[in-house]
Amino acid sequence: MDLDFTPQQQAFRDEVRAWLRDNVPQKPLASYDTHVGFEQHRAWEAKLAEGGYSSVIWPKDLGGRGSDLIEWLIFEEEYHAADAPMRVNQNGILLLGPTLMEFGTPEQKARFLPRMARCDDMWAQGWSEPNAGSDMANIASRAIRDGDEYVINGQKTWSTRAVFANWLFGLFRTDPQSVRHHGLSYLLVPLDARGITVRPIKALNGKQAFAEVFFDDVRVGADNRIGEEGQGWNVAMATAGFERGLLLRSPARFQRTAQRLVQLYRRHQATADRDPSIRDGVLKAWMDAEAYNLASYHTVGRLLKGGRVGAEASTNKIFWSELDLQMHETAMRILGPRAELIDDPEVHDWLEGFLFAQAGPIYAGTNEIQRNIIAERVLGLPKS
Amino acid sequence: MDFTFDEDQLALRDSVSRFLMKEAAPELLRDIWETGDGRSPELRAKIAAQGMTGLSVPEAYGGLGMGDVGWALISEELGYYAIPDSLADTACVATGVLCAVPGAEALRQQWLSKIADGSARVSVAHPVNPWVADAHMADLVLAFRAGEKDAVELHAVQGAELQHSAMASIDASRRLSALPQKLGAATRLLGGAEAQAVSAETLDRAAIAVAGQLVGLAQRMLDLSVDYAAQRKQFGKPIGAFQAVKHHLADVVTRIEFARPVLYRAALALQRGERHRAALVSHAKLACADAAWTAARKAIQVHGASGYTWEVDLQMFMKRAWVLDAAWGDRAFHKSRLAEALLRDDAPLGPAATLY
Repeated sequence: MDLDFTPQQQAFRDEVRAWLRDNVPQKPLASYDTHVGFEQHRAWEAKLAEGGYSSVIWPKDLGGRGSDLIEWLIFEEEYHAADAPMRVNQNGILLLGPTLMEFGTPEQKARFLPRMARCDDMWAQGWSEPNAGSDMANIASRAIRDGDEYVINGQKTWSTRAVFANWLFGLFRTDPQSVRHHGLSYLLVPLDARGITVRPIKALNGKQAFAEVFFDDVRVGADNRIGEEGQGWNVAMATAGFERGLLLRSPARFQRTAQRLVQLYRRHQATADRDPSIRDGVLKAWMDAEAYNLASYHTVGRLLKGGRVGAEASTNKIFWSELDLQMHETAMRILGPRAELIDDPEVHDWLEGFLFAQAGPIYAGTNEIQRNIIAERVLGLPKS
Repeated sequence: MDFTFDEDQLALRDSVSRFLMKEAAPELLRDIWETGDGRSPELRAKIAAQGMTGLSVPEAYGGLGMGDVGWALISEELGYYAIPDSLADTACVATGVLCAVPGAEALRQQWLSKIADGSARVSVAHPVNPWVADAHMADLVLAFRAGEKDAVELHAVQGAELQHSAMASIDASRRLSALPQKLGAATRLLGGAEAQAVSAETLDRAAIAVAGQLVGLAQRMLDLSVDYAAQRKQFGKPIGAFQAVKHHLADVVTRIEFARPVLYRAALALQRGERHRAALVSHAKLACADAAWTAARKAIQVHGASGYTWEVDLQMFMKRAWVLDAAWGDRAFHKSRLAEALLRDDAPLGPAATLY
């Protein structure tokens, strides 16, 4: 056990810190769920890519740095310590990117990954359907083979930032006779194709954070399929593992929020201490953010020694999503009656974060599904 | 940067686990605990023969010289098998005190090799605990005593000079006594800033030893519950097939997953004498106690009525988890200590703050 960073790791940290100091926008960007804010965030992604930072763990020839996971943790620590902008294209970078690297053809990788790194393409996710939420194997949208094309009909929903995206990746039923997780294929669909309608859905914060996507005889080339026809479920499960696992929420994000919470509490301690449970909430926020960080370093250490992500994928998801809620609830309680004033500069980010935290235990596989996975795959309890 | 254990540490942990699985079965422990002194010289001799009493003793005195990080893993096993306080107190906490006292070479010569070969039991009394564990059979009691203002003194009392007043505990493995009273110039070992430093280090070491036992207990209660849920049938299927039961146990898995790394980090902070060690140790104690109490509550719920019986082994582990929660600093103590650290201007806040 050794917690000292190597000179190379320290040099990487210094380099990232210096780059962020020179490049992070002075003024916070507008929300990426607005048109203006989206374009600002897209420009920021392009700048990150220029610096080689859009995804440090990607190979160099695909726009990354070839970093290991320790360097990824270091990058995230510096990124959040610098209060750099939220990442607008994480669905692409974290979900589709690793899938393309594992299952894509050389042509597909060259065609999509560098553009994704620069955010030339903005990717939306096409998994959930009105009748396929937690029960994702119930997907009904069809893609029927016609020569070297697929003809897609159906509907996807809860597609994050699809309003601003120009591509969608998702699962479609290519074998109409199939049921459940058989007969699905993983397809990439340009959102400007004929027959596509994107209908925005307003989220809790009033912004068009996600959308429904309708497919009406939409034609895409068979070269837009990742992996074999009918193997889409396995391909998608690989991405689900990445999403639920280590990368979706780095610990630094929560450590930064816990730090802001302690500062908020200190500014308002006189009023906050009228409710002794608030101090408890502040301590818990720091402890759990720190625990998440330590668990991440522990897991990364094991991965670097050849281990695999197992239970951590699901325990992580439960832990950070509940932590995020708890931290923001505590902030709301410290702010008291002012907490509803969305334009108050001290309130704004906490309130937006509080609303977004409500979604954490729901997206990326509900926490109920995660608990089932832990019980069945870690503890070996029988299926329901 | 490598926040994992090396193969030797894991191999030692595994061999300790295999040994205790065989030698410290619940039915045997029940028999021992029901005796007056609650301890078995035979079991202690076997434990010593395994080298477990000498793990922390420096090699010069016949031990293995293992540090706090290695002990964190061993303490989990002591918890998992519900080994009474005496072993961790002697082999880890008291050994730490003896090694830390400046200039106490004669005392080290006298006691450390006896600890290593299993012929001495040593108890540690501390102002944070209103009572002392396992003094009834101790050959030596190392007693920290609060003096004037914040002053602390360390005394050494030979077992023969002690008077005991036993206090019954709900945990049948516990043997508690009132703190030694007859302390004076003849027993005084250390005072002033030196005693203060050894006292603080001892509290941290003991709190980590207890935290490790708590997370081990949590794992044991989880394992017992999984076995029970897989066997017990209602409505024609194992109760472990029902989501309500699954989710109880998944919550315990999550608490344990996020308590263990905190324990390991705190042990390393103590071993390296880091600046923020008190905050990290308190975090570890709180996180492991939370995991253990959650495990106890969920475990008895999953066991149903049988979990409320004397007969089913779960009770042995629940009671240990319940009482160790307040040993070496209750939650109020550790929360206060953590708050003090976090509300200072130089608090370890923000990304990477506790890694330096």
